[in-house]
Amino acid sequence: MEIINDLLLFLPATIVAIGGLTVMMLDGYKARSRTIYTTTMVFLGIALGVASWDLLMQAPELIFSDMAGAGGTAAFGTFIVVFGTFFTVILTHDYLIGVKHNFPQVYPLLMFCTFGMIVLATANDLVTVFVGLETMSVCLYALAGIIRDKRLGVESALKYFVMGAFSTGFFLYGITLLYGATGSTSLPEIGAYTDGGLIYWGGVSLLLVAFMFKVSAVPFHMWTPDVYTGSPTTITAYMSTAGKTASFVALVLILDRAMPFIATELTATFSIIALLTMILGNAVAMVQDNVKRMLAYSSIAHVGYLFVGLAAGSVAGYSAVLFYLLAYTFMNVGAFGVVAYYEKNHDVHFNNVESYAGLGYQRPIMGVLLSIFLFSLAGIPISAGFNAKYLVFSAGIEAGLVSLVVVGVLASAASAYYYLRVMVYLYFREGKESVSLIEPKKVYSFSLVFLALLTLYFGVVPGGVTEMIYGYFSDSMLTATAP
Amino acid sequence: MLEAYLPIFVLLGIALFLAIVLAILSRVIGPYRPSATKLRPYESGMDPVGDAKERYSISFYMVAMEFIVFDLEIIFIYPWAVRYKELGLGTFFAVMVFILILTLGLIYTLKKESKNFQISKSTN
Repeated sequence: MEIINDLLLFLPATIVAIGGLTVMMLDGYKARSRTIYTTTMVFLGIALGVASWDLLMQAPELIFSDMAGAGGTAAFGTFIVVFGTFFTVILTHDYLIGVKHNFPQVYPLLMFCTFGMIVLATANDLVTVFVGLETMSVCLYALAGIIRDKRLGVESALKYFVMGAFSTGFFLYGITLLYGATGSTSLPEIGAYTDGGLIYWGGVSLLLVAFMFKVSAVPFHMWTPDVYTGSPTTITAYMSTAGKTASFVALVLILDRAMPFIATELTATFSIIALLTMILGNAVAMVQDNVKRMLAYSSIAHVGYLFVGLAAGSVAGYSAVLFYLLAYTFMNVGAFGVVAYYEKNHDVHFNNVESYAGLGYQRPIMGVLLSIFLFSLAGIPISAGFNAKYLVFSAGIEAGLVSLVVVGVLASAASAYYYLRVMVYLYFREGKESVSLIEPKKVYSFSLVFLALLTLYFGVVPGGVTEMIYGYFSDSMLTATAP
Repeated sequence: MLEAYLPIFVLLGIALFLAIVLAILSRVIGPYRPSATKLRPYESGMDPVGDAKERYSISFYMVAMEFIVFDLEIIFIYPWAVRYKELGLGTFFAVMVFILILTLGLIYTLKKESKNFQISKSTN
């Protein structure tokens, strides 16, 4: 039967959903936290295996009556999301035990959230995009405030919820107008519409505004620092990597399939957004003393670099964005993982950069790992971050956005200041004697080491992956430029 | 095309006109004999005056949430039931999976909140 075939092609999401329900029932029947964690990991491990298989083997195909896709960009997005979730759950388990808030509800919520992200990243229809976006967001609102007896947690959850609900309104209105103009919610059918008109452009703008809200591009970024600071650290890592990846993959899909003929007309808009986002993100990150808040602003800055790729409006630009998301997932989960490790040894407010003084020598491996991740985020060569930035900026140059790329490179150079500042505190400042770090769990440090190795690996040999990503856009309607 | 909407505007106009006229008429020709009981806002026989920030038992919210869950279930199941024969076996299983997931959710809330289900008097 067709639906069985579709479900098989949609297997990672199905496994994650079944896993979420199983974990939820385990929690309902008061299973031990350890059991719940193990079950989550088993399901996510299987899903990760299937997602990797899909990534390598599955040819692009449309499933569920053309509502979603499998293979190609869909498999790529699914892989990043499941990969990010897998490591987030490892880190979250340890972190929540460390800060003594190990609620079992976190795991089903993470699973359902991941399901939403997969739906979002595989969508081929605006309705599917919406369902995925909402499944993801509703779970994230709850996850942001999971430490509910901390003021910052409640603040972040409420802010996220109010702003998110608002942007959902924009999104729905955008879909409505696009449907009114083009008579369809299917991405390729919207893409076939070329008549323009006020209703069409209104729909396009509202849709893009909603997406900029979700990926926190300036001027729609106001919620990001507060939400990222207030949420549990590993959940922040999850939101800023898996969540952002899913939103960006959906955005790339929409731009590639539903708006290929207006890509050049959107260049100016995206350039301005990219410019503002890069400058503001980096400038404000410089003056932050709280490491988590600094990473939140840095994540805004990275959205700016990603928008350079979108502004290019070419196959090269979109593939660069996808590669960037992969690299960003490795390094940002890693960076937040180390921050979470430092934090859980103390109290939740242990995030000031000054309290990092001298910590680099206490547990050398953690210090080195944080340095690798921060170097990569800054875009120093032989790290995935460097290659990602290189691809995005070269796509920008190809599209003729030279001045934008110059600003991007300068902003990226300036960003080294606040990343290196953390390292200066780690290694070149005298620490207080009172601070002592407990030994990290083996699985915790192993996963961070693995992420660091991947970061370095994709810094040295990005070739295979970039070519694979490039192949996803082989039937794109965009004007193709050479790789 | 816009002429098609004309009857609606006519209807709206008549409705507005009637509402205003009836309100004025009842003021002008109706007898007006107020008493304390009559002037009180009607709220299901309870005295509605008091602090709005009264605390309710959390179980009310749980019941409300379960109500919404099954309310939504009906939205999906009714159209399916009406077109049951045309939609075929695949849809049947899809709806069964949907009901299964909802049931799991119900079991979860019952398990989690069973201790809250004795609705006790809220302490003001």
